[in-house]
Amino acid sequence: MASMTVIEAVRSTLDEALGRDDRVFILGEDVEAGGVFRATEGLAAKHTGRVIDSPLAESSIIGISIGAAHYGMRPVAEIQFADFIHAGFDQLCSEASRWCYRTRGDAYLPMVVRTPWGGGVHGGQHHSQSIEAYYAHMPGIKVVAPAFPADYRSLLRAAIEDPNPVLFLEHKRTYRLIRQEVEGAPAETVIGRARVTRNGPDLTIIAYGLMLHESLAAAETLSSEGIESTVVDLLTLNPIDRETILESARATGKVLIVHEDTLTGGLGGEIAAMIAEHAFEYLDAPIRRVAGPDIPPMPFHHAMEDFFMPNREKIAAAARELAAY
Amino acid sequence: MTTAGTRKKRSERTIEEYLLSEQQLEDMYYHMLLARRLNERMLALNRQGRAAFVIAGVGQEAAQVGAAMALKRGTDYLAPYYRDLGMNLVFGMTAREAMLNLLAKRDDPNSYGRQMPSHWGNTERRIVTQSSVVATQFLHAAGIGLGAQMRKDPLVVLTCCGEGSTSRGDFHEALNFAAIHRLPIIFYVQNNGYAISERNEKEMPVPNVADRARAYNMHSAMVDGMDAIAVYQTVRPAVDQARNGGGPFLIEAKCYRLWPHSSDDDDSRYRPKKELEEWTKKDPISSFRARVETDGIFPKADLDEIEERVEEEVREAAQWALMQPDPEPEDALGHVYKEL
Repeated sequence: MASMTVIEAVRSTLDEALGRDDRVFILGEDVEAGGVFRATEGLAAKHTGRVIDSPLAESSIIGISIGAAHYGMRPVAEIQFADFIHAGFDQLCSEASRWCYRTRGDAYLPMVVRTPWGGGVHGGQHHSQSIEAYYAHMPGIKVVAPAFPADYRSLLRAAIEDPNPVLFLEHKRTYRLIRQEVEGAPAETVIGRARVTRNGPDLTIIAYGLMLHESLAAAETLSSEGIESTVVDLLTLNPIDRETILESARATGKVLIVHEDTLTGGLGGEIAAMIAEHAFEYLDAPIRRVAGPDIPPMPFHHAMEDFFMPNREKIAAAARELAAY
Repeated sequence: MTTAGTRKKRSERTIEEYLLSEQQLEDMYYHMLLARRLNERMLALNRQGRAAFVIAGVGQEAAQVGAAMALKRGTDYLAPYYRDLGMNLVFGMTAREAMLNLLAKRDDPNSYGRQMPSHWGNTERRIVTQSSVVATQFLHAAGIGLGAQMRKDPLVVLTCCGEGSTSRGDFHEALNFAAIHRLPIIFYVQNNGYAISERNEKEMPVPNVADRARAYNMHSAMVDGMDAIAVYQTVRPAVDQARNGGGPFLIEAKCYRLWPHSSDDDDSRYRPKKELEEWTKKDPISSFRARVETDGIFPKADLDEIEERVEEEVREAAQWALMQPDPEPEDALGHVYKEL
């Protein structure tokens, strides 16, 4: 058993994929030197010619990956910060997400776009964003956002082996913050399944990424006060695991959804609508959301950044109200 | 081809100058004519209310057929744009398939009725699926070229656009990347004079698209896109060079859009009549015919026979396609994700 951080989980999985399959290659900015977060450190020397620096042009990183995947390669693109992926929005939205649909599967794109997302790193407006809602809105692209190192390993492997475009979101605050004992090869897993990480009868907290860890911390505090929560780690944001969400909502009757993304139009709205539509009779309280405020994400100054970010205290406070309802 | 008429004795020097065999010249004429007649029939079906939308390549047949013939079918990739009917025909699309595509029939191999007409794609024939967004395919071509280079597959990708698309970032990002990595790609721009209503001078501050190549340290060429033979003679050496590791090429074919932008466009709002008349005189198909007839490559009767064959093929294809099944409404669902 080895203790592994998130960034080590990503790096080791990339290394294994490059070693296992010579169709796999990495394309992105600064990846030959190891990348700004060191996700690809040492890989260029070990896998000659398959870790490729790109010019600073995100549309090209994604568009070239589309072409290479169509050709039969297995590109793993890196967008240095999720905040810069929008220059490639057109290639993901107009092309990648529809490639299979518009050819009825004659053509398809086994490609991954990895990108660090999320706040809490003093990154200001353009190094802190949550971008998932824009991209999870596109049928045809899978969006994955793990929380624990073991899941980073199993889901990144699954993403690379998937015949569809996968947007693989890595929460940058967790890269070196979160450690886990990880054993052997990545577990066999399926994209599209959420996991219940903690069981409790009083309410359900649904979260992903950094907020999953904050939710677990809040659940620990709540437990000491006698409130026992179920915590669901979404893992995949599209296609979303309706079954697990609805099952938990029906079991506890109270649901709190947590995300860093701004409230309006965030994924929480869709999850809430799903529960309202399919589990209304089981609810004992209105669905609650803890999310970023509706301001452009996110201010740089640490006091304002803290104000923006949901955290364990804010989650626990909302959960107490919900439990008491 | 059947020799229906008496063949004039032709000079060997002439056929040598063409750099094309008699069979290739016949194919060239056949494909240009087939593209033209198909487009004409498509517009007729549109005016009869039987086809929702037509976007054509009329005037660009020489630019398309001449270039596509420089590629190896089954080996090389084509990432076309919506006017490239002629290219698709050279790559194996049949007249029947072109009509299925126009009518969005269930069995259209391009998109099975899921995309607008002329949004090509055929994986088996190595024609890359395309959207309505312009220039995105230049990056797909770069990706295919990168993959081919990594796997050491000796193939070439030819990707097309009109000059209007060359203003987009994807065009420049693709040229930049392809030149850095010396990828085996022909970036082929059919400058037809108009981006819907906008003339060249509204689109770019340089007189020629080919001038852009200098900034990317890339080979470039310009060719009379109304002359299929000149097009072939320009594109073929570039393809050979790219195949042998010589890096990418930017080729600009100067041609002309003889029709409005689409079946929904009225070009009288922006196009001077006189200009259209001048370019009509340079029609790529009639000038090809005049040249091969004058040079004695084919007797008139042979060319007439090709015309008749094409007319019949198009008539039959339209009639057949109209009878083919439409998609079921529920066919809208499915294939959002690939399942292996």
